Amino acid sequence: MILASNLTSPELGTIVWTTIIFLLLLLLLRIFAWKPIMDAIKAREESIKGSLESAEEAREEMKRLKADNEAIMEEARKERDELLREARDARDKMIAEAKKQAKNEADKLLQKALTGIERGKTMAINDIRNQIASLSVEIAEKILDEKLKDSREQNKLIEKLLDDMDLKGN
Amino acid sequence: MRLKKIFLIYSLIFSLSVYASDLYAFTQDHPGINSVSATEDPHNTEEGDENEAFDPREFIFDHISDSHEWHIFTTPDGHHVSIYLPVIVYSKSKGLNVFSSKHLAHGHEYRGFIIMNEGDLEGDIVEVDDEGIVNEKNLPLDLSITKNVAAMFVVAILLLWLFIALARSYRKTGISEPKGLQGFLEPVVLFVRDDIAIPNLGEEKYEKYMPYLLTVFFFILLNNLMGLIPVFPGGANVTGNIAVTFTLAAFTMIIINFNGGRGYWQHIFNTPGVPWWLKIPLPLMPIVELIGVIAKPFALMVRLFANITAGHIIVLSLVGLIFIFQSVAFAPISIIMVLFMDFIEILVAFLQAYIFTLLSALFIGLAVREEH
Repeated sequence: MILASNLTSPELGTIVWTTIIFLLLLLLLRIFAWKPIMDAIKAREESIKGSLESAEEAREEMKRLKADNEAIMEEARKERDELLREARDARDKMIAEAKKQAKNEADKLLQKALTGIERGKTMAINDIRNQIASLSVEIAEKILDEKLKDSREQNKLIEKLLDDMDLKGN
Repeated sequence: MRLKKIFLIYSLIFSLSVYASDLYAFTQDHPGINSVSATEDPHNTEEGDENEAFDPREFIFDHISDSHEWHIFTTPDGHHVSIYLPVIVYSKSKGLNVFSSKHLAHGHEYRGFIIMNEGDLEGDIVEVDDEGIVNEKNLPLDLSITKNVAAMFVVAILLLWLFIALARSYRKTGISEPKGLQGFLEPVVLFVRDDIAIPNLGEEKYEKYMPYLLTVFFFILLNNLMGLIPVFPGGANVTGNIAVTFTLAAFTMIIINFNGGRGYWQHIFNTPGVPWWLKIPLPLMPIVELIGVIAKPFALMVRLFANITAGHIIVLSLVGLIFIFQSVAFAPISIIMVLFMDFIEILVAFLQAYIFTLLSALFIGLAVREEH
């Protein structure tokens, strides 16, 4: 009774049946199972892959849009700053201009006033001088009238007057 | 990882079924063994069952060998209930004969055929002449549906049912997420594709070999698992049968050599990078390479056969311990050890299916790959 040799010697009948069963199984599974299964799995994987890709694309697109927005915002900000600065400059310039103009005007007015005052003063001085002169003449006439009543007195007076005149003849 | 979860579920289901059927096996095997022993040892035919000698070798080999009937259970009063499978036998003198193996049961002769119950031909159908002398020279061709063949049919039908249902469920759900059966089987299918086929065969060529790899993987896996269940319709030692593993390995060998490219044959007959004096005048390298052509599938055949048979022998030995010690008290220890072994056997069932498929893919990949 050598049972081990039975185990390790292949039976032809079993080989034949295994071949038949396995080939049939392979054929039937291939047509009715493996093909639809693998196709379905593949289709699903492809659809997942496609979805992921389109999601990635959308994300890229969004990123680009965001970057675009950022650029536009930046530009707008710059423009605003520019406008503000320009406005400030214009304001400053206008104020400066107005100040300058006001100053000029004031200066002019002052000058005018000063000139007027000067002229008035000169005229007043001249007037006073003229009056003083005529008064002096009058006074002199009167005095002369008085003094010239006698000749001695006249001579004395003339001399005195002459002296005086010399004194204040400038 | 999803695969781990699947494995856990498989393990749980199988450990439960194996545990239940082990208990069942204890109650069934004992009278069965005794009646076999009784016919073998005429000196020991006493009335009490307990006194009969237990032959562990016969017990084990009886369970892992192929047979013409499928023993289902034994009634408490010692009657065997079996499925008598069809015998298909062709002999030169009697031609083709098809009949039920019931006629050959218990050593009966039918139409000049008999099942040998001893010697080198034990379990084989032989012809006997009118005087009852066995014709050992001209053995008839036995194409019977044996237990292993019937078990393969069961597995094939299960696989067809399972995967055609799976294919149908894909047609229903379309490209939505895996549901039900898909969640259970798809990770395994994807495992064969992503971890076995694509790494070894390459993105471009793997699709051609997927049907074979998937079929061989699930065929071996389910046969391995069914072999672990001791009760009908499991319990046949299909992948521990050398004829079955021989056939599967032969398929791989045929695929390797029919698809081998120019590089493959050049490697065999004019191995590059080897000194010329190893090829001429004595073609040493071609001989070594041609041995390799045979050795690869031979290794596939022996590996699967030996692993599964060894596992069955260990489990049966542990069960046999109860009968050797002739004590029910030993049963719990035996059950714990068998349960532990069955867990390992479930792992081995997956592992051997994986290794056979992986190595097939690897060898095919080496043969079909362009210059490397």
